[in-house]
Amino acid sequence: MEATVAKTGTEGKTWGGGNRPLKASYGKLMMWFFIVSDALTFSGFLAAYGFSRFKFIDSWPIADQVFTHFPFLHGVDAPMYYVAFMTFILIFSSVTMVLAVDAGHKMEKNKVIIYMFLTIIGGAIFVGSQAWEWNTFIRGDFGAVETKGGKILQFLDSEGERVALSEFAVSIPDVRSEHMEKNGVWYEGEQTSLTTYSYPEVLKGFLANDNLLVRTQYYDENGAPTVLSREESIAKLQNEGVLVVEGANLRHNEYGPPLFADFFFFITGFHGFHVFSGVMINIIIFFNVVIGTYERRGSYEMVEKVGLYWHFVDLVWVFVFTFFYLV
Amino acid sequence: MAHEHKLAIFRGTLKFKSNVSKIWGVFAILSIVTVVEVALGIIRPEVLTGNTFLAMKLLNWVFIILTLFKAYYITWDFMHMRDEKSSLRRAVVWTAIFLISYLILILLIEGDYIYEVYKNNYIKFDF
Repeated sequence: MEATVAKTGTEGKTWGGGNRPLKASYGKLMMWFFIVSDALTFSGFLAAYGFSRFKFIDSWPIADQVFTHFPFLHGVDAPMYYVAFMTFILIFSSVTMVLAVDAGHKMEKNKVIIYMFLTIIGGAIFVGSQAWEWNTFIRGDFGAVETKGGKILQFLDSEGERVALSEFAVSIPDVRSEHMEKNGVWYEGEQTSLTTYSYPEVLKGFLANDNLLVRTQYYDENGAPTVLSREESIAKLQNEGVLVVEGANLRHNEYGPPLFADFFFFITGFHGFHVFSGVMINIIIFFNVVIGTYERRGSYEMVEKVGLYWHFVDLVWVFVFTFFYLV
Repeated sequence: MAHEHKLAIFRGTLKFKSNVSKIWGVFAILSIVTVVEVALGIIRPEVLTGNTFLAMKLLNWVFIILTLFKAYYITWDFMHMRDEKSSLRRAVVWTAIFLISYLILILLIEGDYIYEVYKNNYIKFDF
């Protein structure tokens, strides 16, 4: 077997992997180097998230009240089911990857092809799901009002159910249209794009509906967000409200502090980018397997190396899942 | 190249016949742990959310421990750490664990300190 190995140009060269420090080949060692450094990058992000959360520990949103949607099930409260599904997809694609590595060790080309293909499909489903998560998060849910201090006020009915702005906001004829970069002074658009309802419209609707209450972000002694009485609600909304927030972006976030949205976009985005590049690398390796490159080389170690990367992406998700969605 | 795999997990109490069956076994373990995590996250039992240990809810400790448990099996069995030389294993694992623990410790203490300052002093800053 060894005699038929196609040369890779690194034989006998110490730093080309000619001998194998720690009994691992050059490529595998380098992949481990990369993984350790990337793990430190991700822990930097997650630790920064923890820092900000501890800083605002009495008003940080609980993820299972934010991510409550499931595709095709509109209006159904399904906290975290979809993220759990995504987790399964990624763990399962890790399984097919490690099965591909195992088949590679046994030089079973067709099995490697099938398992690599399944891994790629799993990765693609995951990236697609993440795009859907982002879309849902950006579009938002019920809408909220932001105060002068940048805090979020959400609306509840007397039963404690969330109420969307569209259910009570009263339309006030308003001719103001959004100022875009393209009209008037160059490159000076508005700080925030205009929302469906303006703050006065929401306030008017709120005053007209006696059963509406305001919920602040601060936790009461039971650990649930504080719900104000009707009088307090009116006072709070009239005195401190300034802006309507629908959905989330980098500056405003109807679910809580803008930092929550920033970290969500940054951490899941960076992870999603890893998954995307993992899928791309897997596709390249997949075609190499199909055309028989590793069969001729006599070793499927390349599959093992991208496998390491792919498992690492799964590993990171396990932590993101815990620290973003569970804790 | 030799491809011998260590096929026993749980400190040797659970032995698999082949590498493939070990992979499926580990997948089953990871799935069960994930299901438990999600169930706990939805139910949020009173016992676990009401009590704290080291200023953190017991439920969060459970989540963190289960996460580390999953991370161990992904690294050891999917990434074949179990089959690597112990020197490679230690170089990768202890480096990361040491640096990450230090970073988390420092940042969380600092975050809690700033929270106290916001709460008990006159500074009202928000972003």
